[in-house]
Amino acid sequence: MAAGADPTVVNLVVFVLAVFVGYHVIWNVTPALHTPLMSVTNAISSVIIVGAILAAGPSETDFGAILGVIAVALASVNIAGGFLVTQRMLEMFRKKEPPTGRRDA
Amino acid sequence: MLEEARTISANQLTLWYLVASVLFILALKGLSSPTTARRGNLFGIAGMAIAVLVTLAVVSRGRVDLIVLAMLAGGAVGAAIARRVAMTQMPELVAAMHSLVGMAAVLIAIAAVNNPAAFGVPDPLPAGNKLELFVGTVVGAITFSGSVIAFGKLAGLGRRLRLFSSAPIVFPAQHWLNLAIGLLMIAFGVAFFLSPEPNWTAFILMAALAFLLGVLIIIPIGGADMPVVISMLNSYSGWAAAGIGFSLNNAMLIIAGSLVGSSGAILSYIMCRAMNRSFVSVILGGFGAEEGAKAGDAGQKTVKAGSAEDAAFLLENAQSVVIVPGYGLAVARAQHAVKEMVDLLGEKGVQVRFAIHPVAGRMPGHMNVLLAEAEVPYDQVFEMEEINGEMGTVDVALVLGANDVVNPLAYEKGSPIYGMPIVDVHKARTVLVNKRSMAAGYAGLDNPLFYMDRTMMVFGDAKKVVEDIVKALQ
Repeated sequence: MAAGADPTVVNLVVFVLAVFVGYHVIWNVTPALHTPLMSVTNAISSVIIVGAILAAGPSETDFGAILGVIAVALASVNIAGGFLVTQRMLEMFRKKEPPTGRRDA
Repeated sequence: MLEEARTISANQLTLWYLVASVLFILALKGLSSPTTARRGNLFGIAGMAIAVLVTLAVVSRGRVDLIVLAMLAGGAVGAAIARRVAMTQMPELVAAMHSLVGMAAVLIAIAAVNNPAAFGVPDPLPAGNKLELFVGTVVGAITFSGSVIAFGKLAGLGRRLRLFSSAPIVFPAQHWLNLAIGLLMIAFGVAFFLSPEPNWTAFILMAALAFLLGVLIIIPIGGADMPVVISMLNSYSGWAAAGIGFSLNNAMLIIAGSLVGSSGAILSYIMCRAMNRSFVSVILGGFGAEEGAKAGDAGQKTVKAGSAEDAAFLLENAQSVVIVPGYGLAVARAQHAVKEMVDLLGEKGVQVRFAIHPVAGRMPGHMNVLLAEAEVPYDQVFEMEEINGEMGTVDVALVLGANDVVNPLAYEKGSPIYGMPIVDVHKARTVLVNKRSMAAGYAGLDNPLFYMDRTMMVFGDAKKVVEDIVKALQ
């Protein structure tokens, strides 16, 4: 990337490349795992929490910071819920042969 | 920005974000097979932990305790829900989670307009960032209110509030109204974009119209189109995150948002293809509104009805059985009874396989999760295309609570579902169909499968019928 390029242009480069990566990775997901795919993408899009943390960050408390704290809480519900429910579902997908005693609650 | 409070440099921060982004990609890559998926999920968790910790290192120390408290509170709620939710409720859960991402995006956008400096973005906001904030806010707001409606429809709240009715809500000039609201919303967005000072009036009106639009675009979409809606909202939640990433110049948010956005878009495409309908026709909605209109000619034709005992006799004397589950199985929560039946048949030497249509259920992959919950091994579960070629050699096909996805009218030119891929159960030597009644399916179409000589109908609730079959097999 040329030095001094506008941040928006750099963002666009990142965006287009990320969409390409997403396209190729997602087509390889097995249809049997489409529900876990949706719950894990939910958790991943909640990385928006970094924006919420920055919004909550400044030391003077104004209403923007309060909104930031609320957004942190909302995104945290999703992060914990999304990853845990995905894990719970994936634990259920087992092959026939090995009669493992392990079961997820 | 906050230089005195920083404990890591901007370069270090960005490099850590790069690590997190790569971990997110690996998390999705793991889902290509059930054997690698669990490890993938751990990569995702690690990526998220890195992203959160390095960001916490950036904010001023005084505030961290409050943020951590909010994280713990939210995390506890999320964990409790994740532990308790039933697998039949996954569509509702996913819809609810989409709405939270949308709401968080809107809140962050408001905070960014209020105090751009907190994000290291110049104050007043540059034009480019304003445009991106507009996109992030609008997509976030539509995701939020649309997901709330989708949640209500999926959770069956329609009986209490008509807004959540799973039947499509249509009224005259609906699409013109939506268009007008959309244009007005963009007009306020332009006003926000053009004014040098933060124009709160325009921003708030724009957000309010976006919330309204989210409601209006989801209400005309009927229950069985939910797999498309839920995938589409999944996609929107990703684009909202990417939009916020643009306005905050945060590459990791852009990457994570784009991954999720393309994931949802691809799922929407797969669902539309499986129904042989265009994305536009699903979004415009109203499908299935004139339910039963074409089912009227069912009168003269006769069906052969049998008991669960008859079904059990046919099943245990078969060599190969294919079970086609549908939404009726999820509603009746019959997955565990089905597993018991499959085990009994297995002991009698019958080969049992499952055939899954992509749009069976209310969300992509819904049936696979239900069967996995009932401990049906995944190598016994096949996708429609994998098994259709062998349907002619199958002794008994058992359809449990599915209708349109096994309707052979899909092969007849001129039928409304012509061209839709179906599970070819009509090619099996004997077909058993479990339904609650002779009511038409979502498409409002009669199903010739029910009137074939080789077909036996077993009426009743899926769980009850399967349990009776189990009793007869014992």
